[in-house]
Amino acid sequence: MSWNRKVLRVNLSAGTCTPEPLNMKWADEYLGSRGLGTKYLCEETDPTVDPLSPENKMIMATGPLTGTMASTGGRYTVITKGPLTNAIACSNSGGFFGAELKFAGWDMIIFEGKSPKPVYLYVENDKAELRDAAHLWGKTTWQTEETIKADLQDPLVRVSSIGRSGENLVLFSCIVNDLHRAAGRSGVGAVMGSKNLKAVALRGTKGVSGVKDFPAFLAATQAAKKVLKDNAVTGQGLPTYGTQVLMNVINEIGALPTRNHRDVQFEEAGKISAEAMHEKRPTDGKAHLVTNAACFGCTIACGRISQLDKGHFTVVNKPEYWGASGGLEYESAWSLGASNGVGDLEALQYANMICNEDGFDPITFGATISAVMELYEMGVLTKEQIGIEAPFGSAAALAYMAEITARGEGFGKEIGLGSKRLCAKYGHPELSMSVKGLEFPAYDSRGIQGIGLNYATSNRGACHVRGYTVASEVLGIPVKTDPLATEGKPALVKAFQDATTIFDSAGVCLFTSFAWSVADVQPQLQAACEGDWSMDKLTLVGERIWNMERQYNLAAGFTAKDDNLPPRLTTEAAKTGPDKGMVSGLAKMLPEYYEVRGWTPEGVPTAETMARLGL
Amino acid sequence: MQKSLHIDPGKCTGCLQCEMACSYEHTGTINPSKSRIKVFDFEHEGRKVPYTCTQCSDAWCMQSCPVDAIVLDAATGAKVVLEATCVGCKVCTIACPFGTVNYMADVGKVQKCDLCGGDPECAKACPTGAITYIDAEWTGLDRMRAWAAKANTAAAAA
Repeated sequence: MSWNRKVLRVNLSAGTCTPEPLNMKWADEYLGSRGLGTKYLCEETDPTVDPLSPENKMIMATGPLTGTMASTGGRYTVITKGPLTNAIACSNSGGFFGAELKFAGWDMIIFEGKSPKPVYLYVENDKAELRDAAHLWGKTTWQTEETIKADLQDPLVRVSSIGRSGENLVLFSCIVNDLHRAAGRSGVGAVMGSKNLKAVALRGTKGVSGVKDFPAFLAATQAAKKVLKDNAVTGQGLPTYGTQVLMNVINEIGALPTRNHRDVQFEEAGKISAEAMHEKRPTDGKAHLVTNAACFGCTIACGRISQLDKGHFTVVNKPEYWGASGGLEYESAWSLGASNGVGDLEALQYANMICNEDGFDPITFGATISAVMELYEMGVLTKEQIGIEAPFGSAAALAYMAEITARGEGFGKEIGLGSKRLCAKYGHPELSMSVKGLEFPAYDSRGIQGIGLNYATSNRGACHVRGYTVASEVLGIPVKTDPLATEGKPALVKAFQDATTIFDSAGVCLFTSFAWSVADVQPQLQAACEGDWSMDKLTLVGERIWNMERQYNLAAGFTAKDDNLPPRLTTEAAKTGPDKGMVSGLAKMLPEYYEVRGWTPEGVPTAETMARLGL
Repeated sequence: MQKSLHIDPGKCTGCLQCEMACSYEHTGTINPSKSRIKVFDFEHEGRKVPYTCTQCSDAWCMQSCPVDAIVLDAATGAKVVLEATCVGCKVCTIACPFGTVNYMADVGKVQKCDLCGGDPECAKACPTGAITYIDAEWTGLDRMRAWAAKANTAAAAA
């Protein structure tokens, strides 16, 4: 099996690093990464725990395909209880860090307790030790990675770290690896910061040797790579345009949330689109986009590497931002751009670089700024409070707010709370565009009905990568459904949610699912892992993982009332686009969703469902 | 026809499939740290560059080896390390101007690209054609063709 069968348990309170065997029974029942890490968290912690207390644990977990030549097989997941939502937090990342953990001979790291002083974990194959991080505290993620590599005199070490925002417990902090890849959502970086853990540095030279049937595995991975290459989205669209290929598409169908979801179309979408990133700037004659880039093992290579215009107001006299860097992806271009009415591509990339550099989620950050701008336009927040005039469309306000959030200064501390807490504090909880405290990504529930149901029921709050029905409703993958219809969507949402757990738990990237179905992952798992990994088993495991997460949230205190959308989406009709006049039909879909899931009308899995899933 | 590895860094995405394939071919494990081809990431320039042995005709490594452990594979042109003969003195690692011969501490020998006996796994694994295995006498063919395409055309005349 492509497992090392070894877990590293790091007790930060005691300062100990202890190896233990991977629970292979659970690996057989929960596959790996997201599923297996969540099983460990459920078994070892109380769901009512304060996320930022030493009693919460944080798990970094690989999947069985992580560190193999399976395309995109480089992913790892951070599993913990999230401080932004108080729900299960499970955030996965690409780059090269996850594969390196496997190469060092480990499958998973469990962090528990809290270190009395800042430390970082250094792992070199079997050797694991906590090292003093006093000199790293206060540094950005970029400085941290550079400093650790210099300290260790090892340019090949792979680093995950938190920036100043994680240290400051900004509730939507990320854990950033390989400079611009992140376990981005739901505040996992704040949990790391609460434990005084600044970074994890890995060097692995042992490799992955335990693939069950190497010849079969190579054949299966080759066949699956061909599927990606031959598919128009993964073979051409994503490498050429990145996820940004969606900006104009989603705008045209009236599902691009604009100005805090007041509008569903952005008049300047074209200026912040993939096409715009390819165009030469009039100022310096260079295109914003430098190249595309791959994470470990990825044969799609959707990543964007861009370079700012050195003369842009955000970076004048700041040469540290003049080099090539990650971004913009569709989500960040939307959250920093359309969501705030800002059509200045350079300003969006500047804010995005700050998010990477200091480690905070551009989706939640951008959406929180959207709420701030709306409160400013309503007169609830003033220039004096914020520190700058902040109407919708102000690139200067966006850049300023990114900087103060990174530094944790002044109003930046309030932004760091996320939109739910900030809006409640200023008397307008209805203006937080979030579910369970996690802000929406870049698709409006009025123009794409199924995604609204997915947002409402996603276990980590409003999240598109928990059940990306956009694939079906907009792109026709695997079959086209009408984005404006509610009929049939409960079953569609369930199918996407359950299948997604398999991709996440296997250790591959969800973006493969533009071309792959679970049936393309299955032969790769079957060749890599001991035991039965038939489609029947995977179908069961996917649903089991989803229901385990649901159980965790119910035990943490969530109820059916939390499977909801903000009133703006269910009462304020879309003003333009094909969905003009429409609101989200969540109320029509939710009872049927509970039914197809085998849950009670109160959203609780029935005894029969639990028994069927072996929970 | 003698072939050689040809690298076009502009096509490299940095996925490391080449490093995985190389290490699996030579060690039976997926282990980029044992790869004989390395991809370098110049992140602040947005450039990725795969780099490995060019199989010099008059190879410094071969000339410098005191025990004749590096030999020419006449069929492929590769300079191949005979592991049974290598004593791990590392003189070749000093002699090579390009750094493409390296010491393996775990076995006490050096390693370098051997062209996989004439069917290099890295080239087969590369998803973008950044690494190809082509006619050694015509590695410039694509570049010539690209320039030729610009010559004497209607567009050029206008």
